[in-house]
Amino acid sequence: MRQRSIVQRRMVNAAITFIAGSAALLGIFMLVWLLVTVLGRGATAINWEFLTTLPKSAGSVGGGLANAIVGTLMITVLATLIGVPVGLMAGIYLAEFGRDSKYAGAVRFVAGIMMGAPSIVIGLFVYTLLVVRMGSFSGIAGAVALAIIMLPIVTRTSEDMLKLVPNQLRESALALGAPEHKMIFQVVFRAAKSGLITGVILAVARVSGETAPLLFTTLNSPYWNASMQGPTANLTVTIFNYAMSPYADWQAKAWGASLLIMAGVLFLNLTARLLARDRKSG
Amino acid sequence: MAVDARQPNSESAGSRKQKSPANMLFRALGAVCCGAILLLMAGILLELLSNSQMSIRTFGWRFLTSAAWDPVVSKFGALSSIYGTIVSTLIALVVAVPMSLVVALFLVELAPKKLAGVFGTAIELLAAIPSIIYGMWGLFVFAPFMADHIQPALQRWFGAGPLFSGPPMGIGMLTAGMILALMILPFISSVMRDVLQMVPPVIKESAYGLGATTWEVTKDVSIPYGLRGMMGAIFLGLGRAIGETMAVTFVIGNDHKLATSLFASGNTIASTLANEFTEASEPLYLSSLVELGLALFLITAVFQIIAQLWLRYADRNGGAR
Repeated sequence: MRQRSIVQRRMVNAAITFIAGSAALLGIFMLVWLLVTVLGRGATAINWEFLTTLPKSAGSVGGGLANAIVGTLMITVLATLIGVPVGLMAGIYLAEFGRDSKYAGAVRFVAGIMMGAPSIVIGLFVYTLLVVRMGSFSGIAGAVALAIIMLPIVTRTSEDMLKLVPNQLRESALALGAPEHKMIFQVVFRAAKSGLITGVILAVARVSGETAPLLFTTLNSPYWNASMQGPTANLTVTIFNYAMSPYADWQAKAWGASLLIMAGVLFLNLTARLLARDRKSG
Repeated sequence: MAVDARQPNSESAGSRKQKSPANMLFRALGAVCCGAILLLMAGILLELLSNSQMSIRTFGWRFLTSAAWDPVVSKFGALSSIYGTIVSTLIALVVAVPMSLVVALFLVELAPKKLAGVFGTAIELLAAIPSIIYGMWGLFVFAPFMADHIQPALQRWFGAGPLFSGPPMGIGMLTAGMILALMILPFISSVMRDVLQMVPPVIKESAYGLGATTWEVTKDVSIPYGLRGMMGAIFLGLGRAIGETMAVTFVIGNDHKLATSLFASGNTIASTLANEFTEASEPLYLSSLVELGLALFLITAVFQIIAQLWLRYADRNGGAR
């Protein structure tokens, strides 16, 4: 091995430390820049009118995005109601029954591929599956697209969380004569509770900011649409449409909507983190 | 339970069998929900295939090798979209991978512990920010910055050349790649940080005990130890970048042409879909767009499969080494 003096080695070390440190700071600076921009421009756009009124026609100043805020909430809740139970049951099957079977292996493999599928492709699929067949864009179709994106995520995280529960707990419950479903819901679920909730919250956070799968399923709308049939207003597609528009007022509203979405997603993530921390300490 | 007792070494709970109707129903329900995942995957493939039939029949393999995209005369070729997808993803990886590595190193080896904790959390949170926000920031803040400062500087330093020719407009392939890089940076670096943290302290301490400097420990101990995990992280980042729609659509310019200059506007498969799908009225136009989506799905599936096999291989060979 080549001998190098300690001075030389220390100098190389210092140089690399400097380069790594400044590159890391550059990366972090860019991300802070992004956050500060969204906070600054978003905060000036949000006011009472923004939160409570309907959008005005293109080009006129004023109005708000109340319908889009409610629409995003409705679509996300419906997606959660579809995606979470199915994903949870699939996760239970993989962790408790399937385990090492070929079927479970195939499901895990396919779930992995689905997790990596671009969300716009899921949107395309739901377009051909639902929008074409039902004859119209709808909030329901958007919710289905989001549910499909959630499904593999919930399945894999809930499987992981259930597997962390020690087998002795299951055996004790069964030894007391509990049937399997009672064992799972009353014993295993309780042990894995905060982990499961964390997983679900993260999955909800992941889909609530999605735009691409809604572009050609839900579309957008300037009106209230409580039934979610037909095009439904939502924040993310509104951001896309408004940001691309030539009107300064609409662009400002897009920043406001971005801030709302970002705050929502970060809030969900922080909640999930707090829960996860409780689990570790408790 | 009785079965488990007979197999004390087996962790398998699958060997338990209970035959009460409620239990059978519960088990079946779980199996059906798993089946839903398989069905959806098959459904995605079948729907995309059947809806792109017209385009596949009309253009055949030429669809993938032709760059002509003209809805007026119903000529469609995917080449410029595929080219743009590859180039923007490459730019993103070239920028993001070394940056993620140094950010991860900074967090694990260099930064003081408290600072590392705060930065680490911040980076994980940034990985959760929706891509549309990156795209919008790219359009309104970063693209003008590129046009005013970065692109003229690149032309000054490297000359116009084939890569940096044309007017510095801000919007284009290079900016799209940079925004993608910024978007996958938090994601890759948080995974890389986890990998570096898993290097057993004993190994690092023994290297330090032999008199190695921090960089030598990193280069000769930590990185080789975590190499497989890091490759996994890069694959996942790659998968995200390829299919990313919103972050790219805002800043790439959406132009169906093949240009060597990174300053020129271009398009990716995802951005073409986002831009043109709702406008496509002709059946052949729509069918061509679905075929684009099919191509994108197959590309990401291949990368996903490679990543999964790679991670499984890494697991079998004792995790990180």
